[in-house]
Amino acid sequence: MTHINIASLEVGQEIGSHTFHFTRDSLVRYAGASGDFNPIHYRDDFAKSVGLDGVLAHGMLTMGAAVQVAVNWVGDAGKVIDYGVRFTKPVFVDADKGADVLVIGKVGAIDLENNTVRIDLSASSAELAVLGKAQAVIKL
Amino acid sequence: MVNPNVQGKKYPETSPYLVGREKVREFANAVFSTNPVNLDLFAAQAAGYSDLVAPPTFAVVIQERSLPAVLQDPEADIDFSRVVHGDQRFVSVRPIVAGDELTSVLEVASVKSLGAHSMVTFNTEVFDAEKKLVCTAISTLVVRGE
Repeated sequence: MTHINIASLEVGQEIGSHTFHFTRDSLVRYAGASGDFNPIHYRDDFAKSVGLDGVLAHGMLTMGAAVQVAVNWVGDAGKVIDYGVRFTKPVFVDADKGADVLVIGKVGAIDLENNTVRIDLSASSAELAVLGKAQAVIKL
Repeated sequence: MVNPNVQGKKYPETSPYLVGREKVREFANAVFSTNPVNLDLFAAQAAGYSDLVAPPTFAVVIQERSLPAVLQDPEADIDFSRVVHGDQRFVSVRPIVAGDELTSVLEVASVKSLGAHSMVTFNTEVFDAEKKLVCTAISTLVVRGE
C-alpha cells in the first residue's frame, strides 16, 4: 500500500527533485560501501595518469543517488522493481568544492493494468546531463 | 578487442554473500538514502519486510563479486584498464533484505564491436539460499580500442 493514487497521476508530472552534493568524502564512502576501489575515484595523480581531467564520481554512485528521488516519492525503496541508466558524462568532483548533481523526477509512463509507474529521472552536473535514459519502474 | 566467441559463456556460481544489516545501512548512507526501510528496522518490519531493505542498486555489490571471473578470463581478453561503464540496469523479482544469502551466475549476454571499441554486456542473475531468482543485474562495459 502506498499513499499514491495511480489514477490521479499524469505523464509529465514532476514528482520531486533534489540536489546531491558529492565530495571526495562521498566517493570514499561509496567505494567502501560498494567494493569499487578504482583509484580514479579518489586519487588525482592516478586519474590524470589515465588521461582524465581529475577524480570522478562512480557512475554507480550517481545512479544510486538519483533513484532516491523516486524512492522518496513512493516512500519505500522496495517498490523499485526495474531501474536502468546510461552513463553519459562523468561527474568530476573537485577536492575543495565537490560537485552538485541535480536530479529531477517525472512520471514517464503509467500502467494501470500492472499498477506500475515509470519515473524518468534527469541528472545533471555543471549543466551537463550525466545520466541518460534513467528510468525507474515503481510497483504501487 | 573482446573475443566475440565468449558470447553466451557462463561463469561458475559465486560463493554465498550474506547481506548484513549494517552493510545495508552503510550502502544506504553512501547513496544518500533517507528512506526508513533502508535504515530503520521497525519501519522495514512495519512495511512488511523481514529486515532492512537494501537500496535499489545494492545488487551491484553482488555483481562486483561476479565480475573478476570474466575480467580475468584470458579467453574473453578484456583489458580492464580501458573499460568504461556504459550502462547498468537492475530487474528485480523481490527486494534484497538483510539476512539474504546471495549467490550469482554471470553470463556474457553479448559482445559487439563499435569501430575500434567493443561493447560487452553481462547478465548477472542473483539467487537466494532457496535458489530462487532475486534479481538480474545487467551491465554494459565499453572497452576502448587501442
